[in-house]
Amino acid sequence: MANIAILSYLKRDSLVHELTGTTKLIFFIAWSVATMVTYDTRVLVVLLFLSIVIFKISKVRLYDIRIVLGLAVIFVVLNNLFVYLFAPEYGVELYESRTVLFTIAGPYTVTLQQLFYHLNMTMKVACVVPVALLFIACTDPSEFAASLASIGVSYRIGYSVSLALRYIPDVQREYHNISQAQQARGIDLSGKDKVLTRMKNSVAILLPLVLSSLNRIETVSNAMELRGFGKDKKRTWYSQRKMQRNDWLAIALAVVVFVADMTITFWDGSRYYNPFL
Amino acid sequence: MKKLSVKSVVAIGIGAALFFVLGKVSIPTPVPNTVISLQYAVEAVFATLFGPIVGMLIGFIGHTLLDATSYGPWWSWIIASAFVGLVIGVVTMKMEIGEGLDTKKIVRFNVAQVIAHLLAWGLVAPCLDILIYKEPLEKLFAQGMMAGISNIITTGIVGTLLLVAYAKTVVRRGSLNKED
Repeated sequence: MANIAILSYLKRDSLVHELTGTTKLIFFIAWSVATMVTYDTRVLVVLLFLSIVIFKISKVRLYDIRIVLGLAVIFVVLNNLFVYLFAPEYGVELYESRTVLFTIAGPYTVTLQQLFYHLNMTMKVACVVPVALLFIACTDPSEFAASLASIGVSYRIGYSVSLALRYIPDVQREYHNISQAQQARGIDLSGKDKVLTRMKNSVAILLPLVLSSLNRIETVSNAMELRGFGKDKKRTWYSQRKMQRNDWLAIALAVVVFVADMTITFWDGSRYYNPFL
Repeated sequence: MKKLSVKSVVAIGIGAALFFVLGKVSIPTPVPNTVISLQYAVEAVFATLFGPIVGMLIGFIGHTLLDATSYGPWWSWIIASAFVGLVIGVVTMKMEIGEGLDTKKIVRFNVAQVIAHLLAWGLVAPCLDILIYKEPLEKLFAQGMMAGISNIITTGIVGTLLLVAYAKTVVRRGSLNKED
């Protein structure tokens, strides 16, 4: 628990950091939708290249995000493995041709098409990960609520998000304290006990945590009510910044990427680029 | 849309923080690559106490933060998490936990969570996965069912225990009976 991997805001002096939260949010949404939709290898290569360039510009070092990156790699590897185990012939089906390279055992042959499918699948994740990580690493959390509100999300929901960000460290500390106290009393959550016992034991930690959270909700909402939260239809944000020239350029880039992505992907009525036919 | 009350706004925020923290601590199980997801038990309890909109947004915000700080958002599962909160909240609507908890309410809570998890992990998540990521059907449904069953068991046991314990504290506060 002490060393859980959490990516947080890294203050640096870079072009990406200078952009307003709104710009980054729009960019991030356009980017993740674009990579979600496309399966076209050519588009993915370009997107991957661009996301690496953006990562370079941001001055966030690989070292800063090594833990998170490690998790992402594990996730992608496991996902690929599962796909192969369940459907070793999926690529053949998609690309409508079959080039066997070699056979492992039984139905598990390795085909060029399957490998190509795995490559595309991996690239899809690889394109979005740098941008998503940068979004978290380069956006000041206090600006985040303002940017949500500026793209039309109700400010109440924006406020919920910033409350969540504000209270994550508190809840975490509390969880840690409670779990240590309960462990001192002999309640164990590690692999030594049976699963059912572990689940029951987890209630011993969760119950104080949930009850204190409910109290906290009471306190915070009373405080907000006293200060007249939610009285007006609109709300201003201290951390909101004006859009600069670079912001418009970044948004323009996002729009171009998005439109190009959609056009190329749906041009011939198929989401795939098929080099085998 | 009806305006969210101040209390709902705060409940979403702190609920999402809880969801996030519990998502980060994983309790190992004997089956590799599956962990007990305690966050769904808490999401279910909050959805029961505060209603469907709060439940939905806790799932959505909590899961998005969780994914975005680990390996980039996997939207189909995020939407499924939101769906779980929504369904549990709708089915358990107007169930006043503060006025005591009887077997009928416990059954209703569990029916709600079973329906929610089955639909979310057996239908919503795999369908969106096909739509968005085009992964093979067999893998998605196997994965979805595994997650669904493990979540149903976790929410069923942990969520119910939490709810029972919570109801006890509420009743005790208002009662003059010295014996428990």
